[in-house]
Amino acid sequence: MTVGRKTLVIYLMTEPETPELARAAVDGGADVVELGFPFSDPLADGPVIRRAGERALARGMRTRACLDVLARTRELTADTPLLPMTYAALLEAYGWERFAADLRAAGGTSMIVADLPAGEKPEVRRVQLVAPTSSDERIALAAEQTDGWLYLVTVTGTTGARGELSPALAGLAERARRLSDVPLYAGFGISTPEQARAAAELCDGVVVGSRAVEAAEQGATALRDYVASLRAALDHG
Amino acid sequence: MTAVFGAYGGRYVPETLMPALEELERAWREALADDGFHEELHQLATTYAGRPTPLTLAERFAPGRRLYLKREDLLHTGAHKVNNALGQAVLARRLGKRRIVAETGAGQHGVATATVCARFGLECVVYMGEEDMRRQRPNVERMRLLGAEVRPVGFGTRTLKEATSEAIRDWITNVETTHYLIGSCVGPAPYPELVAELQSVIGREAREQLLALEGRLPDAVIACVGGGSNAIGLFHGFLDDADVRLVGVEAAGAASLGSGRAGVLHGARSSILADEDGQIADAHSISAGLDYPGVGPEHAFLRDSGRATYVGATDDEALAAFRDLARTEGIIPALEPAHALARARELDVELVLVGLSGRGDKDLAEVLEHLP
Repeated sequence: MTVGRKTLVIYLMTEPETPELARAAVDGGADVVELGFPFSDPLADGPVIRRAGERALARGMRTRACLDVLARTRELTADTPLLPMTYAALLEAYGWERFAADLRAAGGTSMIVADLPAGEKPEVRRVQLVAPTSSDERIALAAEQTDGWLYLVTVTGTTGARGELSPALAGLAERARRLSDVPLYAGFGISTPEQARAAAELCDGVVVGSRAVEAAEQGATALRDYVASLRAALDHG
Repeated sequence: MTAVFGAYGGRYVPETLMPALEELERAWREALADDGFHEELHQLATTYAGRPTPLTLAERFAPGRRLYLKREDLLHTGAHKVNNALGQAVLARRLGKRRIVAETGAGQHGVATATVCARFGLECVVYMGEEDMRRQRPNVERMRLLGAEVRPVGFGTRTLKEATSEAIRDWITNVETTHYLIGSCVGPAPYPELVAELQSVIGREAREQLLALEGRLPDAVIACVGGGSNAIGLFHGFLDDADVRLVGVEAAGAASLGSGRAGVLHGARSSILADEDGQIADAHSISAGLDYPGVGPEHAFLRDSGRATYVGATDDEALAAFRDLARTEGIIPALEPAHALARARELDVELVLVGLSGRGDKDLAEVLEHLP
């Protein structure tokens, strides 16, 4: 299960310049782009993404504007899967069905809702997350309900870079592999090429968020180079 | 969604917390069915916290009417918060959790939590917004004296909302060793129900006491509402008494029920102050304990069902009631119940019960700054 090209998912905060940044990430070797739709109280996020969200909100990035950015990103990124990652409060306000329809119209592929655990609102199609604390029962439920791939949260904690790859990932990946055959992508706490490679040895892909957001703050070239360094680590070890 | 109050409640949390919430729910059901748990709570309430608290007839504050104060201000630590903190500390021990995190606004819940952690030998970390640390300085010092670590929250509103988010983030990170001792009837299920049950001792006692004193039920029961735990505790004693009016009083600048909309905050769907995009709005109140843009989901349910009504009181009205209660009754209330006092004295009824949820020592600096 660990042969073949590993999927690289890059998270970017949704802002006016995001379409060009997403293009740069794809040029660097990203296979999937997550677009953070900012929320004022992001419980699952550490300081880097929280601050990026505060900045985006201050620039007026509300749900409709985020969907427009996603549509422009779609134009620049061909058929790269694009997924909003957001919080239930935004969808509750926008309307769950209306959001799903407008997301499709904008060219979105699926979505991730950080605070809507498996089992709740099963009719809302989304990529489900599992964590080291999840029981086998919950992993099986999430795998059954997930849309395309399963997001393995490597740490008990919030988003953000860590010094070492979480030792909890191996056990979580092993359990998820045993319980399901959906693709497994690991995220939270993965920031260096070495961590990405080590995580990818345990599953089918990696998600990089906080460090990508920081790289994007340095501009498209810096982001493309950073993503390329992750891509190289995944491809060549 | 589990434990839903009509359309409100639920568990809007990252997956990492789901097993802990399921475990807490199981432990809570087991505890409720265990006579030993109730006995332990009763012992702690009577020998440590100072229950039962008296009813005081406030004749000079509300002349010509019979207005009773339920004196939670006389409890150990100075507010009703200790009822909940003791109960959850006992639960945490049953869960085998040795570390406690909590949020605090006015500091009363933080002090109650620090107190019970000292009493049971538990590690205690309290998150508090920097703005609240400034206006509730004595409570910060109290928590530190009691051995708790107070972690300042210096971003966003720097008040209770951000302190709650940070406490939840800590819980996500340390969930295997840590119990989140939430301070109000908010948060993901089973917290709203659990906190309401632990606070319902206020209403049960008050109902019994009033029947003994007056031989009848009150015309109205009135309490302040921030997250709403003292109000829900008091209301629970009278929910089935259809003729008793239940009135919650919010800070006018933090009226989650009066001017909020349905939305999701801190793990539950409730009535919250948010814009049309679901982004949480800033609340504004002189009272740090009411300065919160959300409210317990059961209050939203009681509002929609019509069983309870919710009104507002301004900072100035609360300050006036604060001063008047001090001068007419010799009781310095906390600024939070001063909001309830402001509305209680104009209610057009004969027999009123007011939840005096805490005492005002913590508010002296803030009040002296604003009162002429």
